[in-house]
Amino acid sequence: MEPLLKVTDLRVSFPGPSGPVHAVNGVGLELAAGRTLALLGESGSGKSVTAQAVMGILDVPPARVAGSVTLRGRELLTLSPRDRDRVSGEEIGMVFQDAMAALNPVFSVGDQITELLRVRRGMSRADARRRAVELLDRVRIPAPANRVKDYPHQFSGGMRQRVMIALAIALEPAVLIADEPTTALDVTVQAQVMELIAEIQRDSGMGLLLITHDLGVVAEVADDVAVMYAGRIVERGTVEQIFDGPAHPYTEGLLASMPRVDRTDEELYAIPGAPPNPARLPTGCPFHLRCHRVTPECRSDLPALEPLPAHRASACHHRTEVLHATQR
Amino acid sequence: MPPSDDVVLRVENLVKHFPLKRSGSLRAGGVVKAVDGVSFELRRGETLGVVGESGCGKSTLARTLVGLEKPTGGSVRFGDAVVHTARGRELRALRRRIQIVLQDPYTSLNPRRTIREILTQPFEIHPDVLPKARRTARISELLDLVGLDPSLHLDRYPHQFSGGQRQRIGIARALALQPDVVVCDEPVSALDVSVQAQVVNLLERLQKELGVAYVFIAHDLSVVRHISDRVAVMYLGKLVESGPGAPLYDAPRHPYTKALLSAVPVPEPASRTNRQRILLAGDPPSPVDPPSGCRFRTRCWQATDTCATQEPPLAGPEHPVACHYPLAA
Ligand SMILES: Nc1ncnc2c1ncn2[C@@H]1O[C@H](COP(=O)(O)OP(=O)(O)OP(=O)(O)O)[C@@H](O)[C@H]1O
Ligand SMILES: Nc1ncnc2c1ncn2[C@@H]1O[C@H](COP(=O)(O)OP(=O)(O)OP(=O)(O)O)[C@@H](O)[C@H]1O
Ligand code: SF4
Ligand code: SF4
Ligand SMILES: [Mg+2]
Ligand SMILES: [Mg+2]
Repeated sequence: MEPLLKVTDLRVSFPGPSGPVHAVNGVGLELAAGRTLALLGESGSGKSVTAQAVMGILDVPPARVAGSVTLRGRELLTLSPRDRDRVSGEEIGMVFQDAMAALNPVFSVGDQITELLRVRRGMSRADARRRAVELLDRVRIPAPANRVKDYPHQFSGGMRQRVMIALAIALEPAVLIADEPTTALDVTVQAQVMELIAEIQRDSGMGLLLITHDLGVVAEVADDVAVMYAGRIVERGTVEQIFDGPAHPYTEGLLASMPRVDRTDEELYAIPGAPPNPARLPTGCPFHLRCHRVTPECRSDLPALEPLPAHRASACHHRTEVLHATQR
Repeated sequence: MPPSDDVVLRVENLVKHFPLKRSGSLRAGGVVKAVDGVSFELRRGETLGVVGESGCGKSTLARTLVGLEKPTGGSVRFGDAVVHTARGRELRALRRRIQIVLQDPYTSLNPRRTIREILTQPFEIHPDVLPKARRTARISELLDLVGLDPSLHLDRYPHQFSGGQRQRIGIARALALQPDVVVCDEPVSALDVSVQAQVVNLLERLQKELGVAYVFIAHDLSVVRHISDRVAVMYLGKLVESGPGAPLYDAPRHPYTKALLSAVPVPEPASRTNRQRILLAGDPPSPVDPPSGCRFRTRCWQATDTCATQEPPLAGPEHPVACHYPLAA
């Protein structure tokens, strides 16, 4: 089956003081309707830049974007800016970490949703207003008819996040990209927001690309997982595959280093060192300076993302051994 | 029970209110009840974890404990000394004994000073701790202790270090004067997942080696469980439950603790389906006018009329809880 959203060999670089900064180095992703794909990775690994390139909201130039992004088989990267804006605006919804920055502070939330429906759907003012109230109700804003006139700053953090979700789903997009949608929220509010997104997805059959650095969130909601490190996908598989037996030493280290609320461990496993600077990536495998399984070839040869049995893949020279060692 | 003289920090009914800014506020003259009657004891060499949602007063508690804020009421005692009334020599001794590590390794170190200067500063403020001649050696020891190579790092500036390394430098600075208590306010929250474990392990190792007691504040319940001997749960300026980690996490007695724990995602896809999750409605109320009676009642599924009129005290011996109807163990 043709995936809903397909990203192939995506590359993004920015000009830097000492040459280009390669933020995304050949990322591939596939998202099917109704599925949730988690893009997992730590700060600076290129998750947001990937999302921005898919969404078409990077400033080009200075950014340079190469590769392919298709939605239902249609290439987006070669569209004219006008067509691109229409497709991204109507078929891909986006939710960010910081709702305050995404919402316009000088318009009421009702006006923002109404405006979107009028411009993109050509709705009458009255219809758009009615729909805005429905949408606020859908994201469980209490007393939505009274709150449509309120401004973003009059809502709490969790409510603003839900207002942004209302905006993102207003045009019933085929794909929702959620970039750390709950990172700034407390756990109790995070649970509410994730539950809401899951529910909307069940109803609408949207594909969800969920960007996060939180392994717990991934385990709770993802169907498939792509692990990112230094601008590359280093491992890909179903959520069960990844958590039951990672096939890349970085994923292995991440899982081992995480303290757990349901467990007391003596000492945590700690991955030594820190993620590399994307302006100065090491030769060979970008993880080799921190990897406990490193061998000489890792220092010279960049491992490609190669398939493993059961449709999973890993970018490690020793992926078969890693998988063998981690599988319970 | 350890003997009571093992208590290094005794906090009694600590209150910190901030006046609301007058201009433009509807409730001019009101106060933010950031910390509103917190009591606990910290024993030598133990770690007390403090968890709670954003705005519940954790940082205010931390700053008040170390004397950076003057309390509106209550007291913090270190031995015979009272932190906020101490003067002169006693105050200097206290400042040395109680240290703080802050969340943001990017702003808590002076960017214009080398690591050597940053680590020398505590000895300049407290020159009696160590004669000048021995300070250089001590600073090297400190860097060694936190896993940084003194020969490489002493003359660099903070921006030349990664977040995890900067947090180690902050910890080295806090430990320079051999304190008895270190208050850590979200020491790993700004760090990458893969680097968090390094800092958590470091704090645990240093505690074993030096016998320092920690107040470890975080919103990440997993990290707190891992590092703490006892845990206190804070809601709207008050402690609602406290106790040893295992019973508190495995059999919480306060409805809020239970809801908070059930909301933490567990990194195990297999347990997704059979987990019972309590979804709390709404957000925490404003600390300017907290609900009457029990402050959690506006979100509590057990609330009764009693909860609206009578404030439940934090009561009980080993695992105290502030609820009229504590959950069965
Ligand atoms: N507009 C830009 N100009 C230059 N460099 C950029 C730009 N946007 C991102 N980068 C760089 O690209 C790299 C990847 O950034 P990105 O924001 O995608 O990381 P991320 O994985 O989303 O991290 P985080 O978890 O911190 O959000 C980083 O090194 C970042 O500094
Ligand atoms: N200097 C101040 N003046 C006025 N109000 C303050 C001040 N410092 C804190 N507050 C208020 O006191 C309350 C508690 O804040 P505090 O920073 O202690 O919370 P916290 O638990 O540390 O939250 P977070 O998890 O977001 O760090 C909040 O309502 C905050 O707005
Ligand atoms: S290729 Fe080598 S260095 Fe890279 S992850 Fe695999 S074993 Fe480690
Ligand atoms: S005192 Fe009442 S409202 Fe408060 S936590 Fe207990 S049952 Fe809930
Ligand atoms: Mg990002
Ligand atoms: Mg704080």
